[in-house]
Amino acid sequence: MNDPMDFLLWTKGPAFEWAVAIFAFGLLVRVLEIFIIGRRPNFAEPRAGEWGPGLRTVLTRSIADGGTFQRAPFNVVVGWIWHIGFLIALLLFIPHLELIKSLFGFAWPGLPNPIVDLVTAVTLVALVATLVHRLTHPVKKRISTFEDFLVWGITFLVVLTGYLAYHRLINPYPLALGLHILSAEIFLILLPFTKLTHIFTAVIARWYNGASFGRRGVAS
Amino acid sequence: MSELTLERGLAALRAEVDGPVAAFFSSCVHCGICATACPFYVETGDPKYTPILKVEPLRRVWSSEFTLWGRLMSTLGLTKKVTDEMLAEWEELVYDSCSMCGRCSLVCPVGNDIQAMVRKTREGMVASGHAPEGLIAASVRAVQTGSPMGLQWKTLQVQIEHVQSSTGLEVPVDKQGVDYLAMLSSMEVINFPEYLEAITKIFHRAGVTWTLSTECFEATNAGIQIGNKDVAALLVQRIVDAAVKLGVKTVISPECGHAFTAIRWEGPNLIGKPYPFEVVHIIELLDQLRASGRLKTEGKESDRLSMHDPCNLARKSGVIDQQRNLVNLVAENFVDLKEHGKFQWCCGAGGGVSSNERADAIKMAAFKRKKAQIEEVSPERMVTMCATCRTQLEEGLEEFNMDIPVVGLTEMIADHLVEK
Amino acid sequence: MTQSNKTLGESLREHGISRRGFLKFCAATASMMALPPSLIPSIAAALEKARRPSVIWLSFQECTGCTESLTRSHSPTIEDLILDTISLDYHHTLQAASGDAAEAARTEAMKANHGQYLLIVDGSLPGPDSNPGYSTIAGHSNYDILMECVEGAAAVIAVGTCASFGGLPAADPNPTGAVSVMDLVKDKPVVNVSGCPPVPMVISGVLAHYLTFAQLPELDQYHRPKAFFGQSIHDRCYRRPFYDKGLFAETFDDAGARAGWCLYRLGCKGPSTYNACATMRWNSGTSWPIESGHPCLGCSEPRFWDAGGFYNPLSVPTTTSGGTLLAAGVTGAIVGGAVAALARKQVKAEEADRQPVTVDELEQKL
Repeated sequence: MNDPMDFLLWTKGPAFEWAVAIFAFGLLVRVLEIFIIGRRPNFAEPRAGEWGPGLRTVLTRSIADGGTFQRAPFNVVVGWIWHIGFLIALLLFIPHLELIKSLFGFAWPGLPNPIVDLVTAVTLVALVATLVHRLTHPVKKRISTFEDFLVWGITFLVVLTGYLAYHRLINPYPLALGLHILSAEIFLILLPFTKLTHIFTAVIARWYNGASFGRRGVAS
Repeated sequence: MSELTLERGLAALRAEVDGPVAAFFSSCVHCGICATACPFYVETGDPKYTPILKVEPLRRVWSSEFTLWGRLMSTLGLTKKVTDEMLAEWEELVYDSCSMCGRCSLVCPVGNDIQAMVRKTREGMVASGHAPEGLIAASVRAVQTGSPMGLQWKTLQVQIEHVQSSTGLEVPVDKQGVDYLAMLSSMEVINFPEYLEAITKIFHRAGVTWTLSTECFEATNAGIQIGNKDVAALLVQRIVDAAVKLGVKTVISPECGHAFTAIRWEGPNLIGKPYPFEVVHIIELLDQLRASGRLKTEGKESDRLSMHDPCNLARKSGVIDQQRNLVNLVAENFVDLKEHGKFQWCCGAGGGVSSNERADAIKMAAFKRKKAQIEEVSPERMVTMCATCRTQLEEGLEEFNMDIPVVGLTEMIADHLVEK
Repeated sequence: MTQSNKTLGESLREHGISRRGFLKFCAATASMMALPPSLIPSIAAALEKARRPSVIWLSFQECTGCTESLTRSHSPTIEDLILDTISLDYHHTLQAASGDAAEAARTEAMKANHGQYLLIVDGSLPGPDSNPGYSTIAGHSNYDILMECVEGAAAVIAVGTCASFGGLPAADPNPTGAVSVMDLVKDKPVVNVSGCPPVPMVISGVLAHYLTFAQLPELDQYHRPKAFFGQSIHDRCYRRPFYDKGLFAETFDDAGARAGWCLYRLGCKGPSTYNACATMRWNSGTSWPIESGHPCLGCSEPRFWDAGGFYNPLSVPTTTSGGTLLAAGVTGAIVGGAVAALARKQVKAEEADRQPVTVDELEQKL
């Protein structure tokens, strides 16, 4: 496989199958590990049900409270910016929507390319800012591990290679597109074994949090 | 002679892993926002007090034994282990710098209930022999004498007699078939004896039938503070036995924070079944009496009052409006601290911190968060509903030369009862 | 019979091409090759004097489409005449002779022009390890013929995607074991003029370059002349503004299609395809696939037949991985379920067997 077209076709063929397989396998293992271990029964008289408060927290925990916003403005603001930017680039870019349609049978309207392009550029800058923050903020410095940087790296690479491919800054194009697809596949492979699982498990964690506090009459 | 070992600590940690723990550790992205909600970090600036770092022993057990990848890495010897040295190092983080106030649990963006995980981590700390001396001593005393401070009934009896003679009212003891069994905290009995007098008067005026029990008067639970379910269960069982023997409908938890968490939320799970009675915090009961018109008060405090919500009562039990309803009954110039209710800041002394002499300095440092809150509002007096919080506030305000008296809410209500 | 003394210039004049017309052609060739205008006189001079080179055209596993493309014209163009002017000494479709006579013509031309003839190949051929019976000419395997003819060739031009990259015969599952010319020829210069078929003017442009400069033009990593294959269709497509604005046709007859919007969503491979269609177009510049409303197939690229479907957009995987996803998910569920159930059992056992902490044990720590 020494030519760009073969590389591209490999990323769109066997590599994709493997990445998706490892992702599906690993994620299901992780999710089942959570649910099957489950919770012990709770005999304390509840003040309220669990489901309502649980679902509520799933939604409201995305909005930082005033105090947290004041004390961690970078985390809150830049966190929002790059997550939203990443999701816009992933879910509202026409070529990605075609991919989604081919996988799931349906998609939705997208945004014009120049808008996605601008959002992507902003996301790249925001991501670099988060790296600098992680390297300089005392709390993040203390608690960060190799995995944090690995995950940052692959996330940044996915967005960067997409940007480079769109702007045809790497030639020939099959190489550029292949690199982008490959980095997305590496992202999928790493996902179930790193903190990237939060994409799927944060919902579960928030629910448990809301449920636990909700039982005691507190909207968390 | 059996002893506490690393192996038992690890076994205890394993027994604490559940679905939520797995979801929480799967979701932590190391953003560090939990630190911004922790008074111990905020007032020292030392990143080792970051809440999620406190539960690292639990995380390592989960990761290496409860995840597929971790198990694989474990067989290859590539995981980080929990060692005795590590637990010794972590003792300060898990006990000295954490009151289990739960503020971190409210701000984590992915929804981690870090406070609950600290509680779980303490199980491993105790079983491995890495708990602070003060808490161990309190637990031993509580189990052996019934009170963590070694308070005996005979001392309480003296107070009972004083209340009876001062009020002319009876303090019921071991009365069968009444509605309520009142629990007390040793700290209260020793430092704030006004509480017993206050409830005697209030219950009499409101027509509440109640009693104390000679078999068990202690509400506080050193087992909860040290984080050991065996000691905690033993202590809760005493309350349950007393309540069942007297056939009461409801048990009242006094002005204490963790005692309410212990009896109301952990208790049934410690003994493995629901109670045959209800549990209520004295503030909840007083508000019920107010709402049903049975609590008649007159006159209002005129000085500028503010309030400290005990974490276990407000954020961890949802008792937030009740105290405000009550204080507004008897005060005309009440103003809340800026961040109050579920987002209030911990006084720094709960969760066993005040029983841990080694933690004195950091406890005072954490108090500075509360101090800043109080300074923002400049009250003339502070009201609160927990003996430990009250003690911390009094000591802290004195330490910083702030002349702001602290008063208990129940006692303030009692002072305004309509004279018959 | 195989060699003429006429130069290219004499030959063109014989056909009535004026000097003016000839110079126009040279200017067009220069600009096509991105050569500076100052070279036009040298191009003209060289072409004028060029001897008719001998050309052997080998056709292997091909559809004759490349020849059709090259020879299809309604009025003679200079390109056609250049083709006429080269001494095409062997070509299955175009030559008059057949059978032994045709083969004899080939071997004679090869002998007479040894080391100087141009070898043009269209179609892919079964590789040396494949059954030669899949494609033979006069009882000889394609492979043997190619090796024999390459030996005395000055250069090889692989015309069409089949000769350049394997093309249709090499598409999955490649039953004949087809390979491309460049897979087999390592010791002679090889130019790939890919396309299915190639744009006619590209061939003549390459020939013109060779006749003028006695060497092959600058090639890309796929051995294709950069002058014609250096730009992607996407970068030269007249519908590009629609792509940039995000205006796409979604079906072949919707309003967007009728308005001439970008065909990305209908499977256009323009972004990854390098060819001259967008600028030179087809049928003497009449039109080209995208202009007529059909997405680019990517026909000048290797393995375009297996690149995931002509009507699947570029961003869609080539495999249908629904089954894999399901299988992997189910496996994960089973493994995860089993492992977690074991863990749950283990936790429950730990709880049941847990040795309670006693006051005595605590006291030891005081």
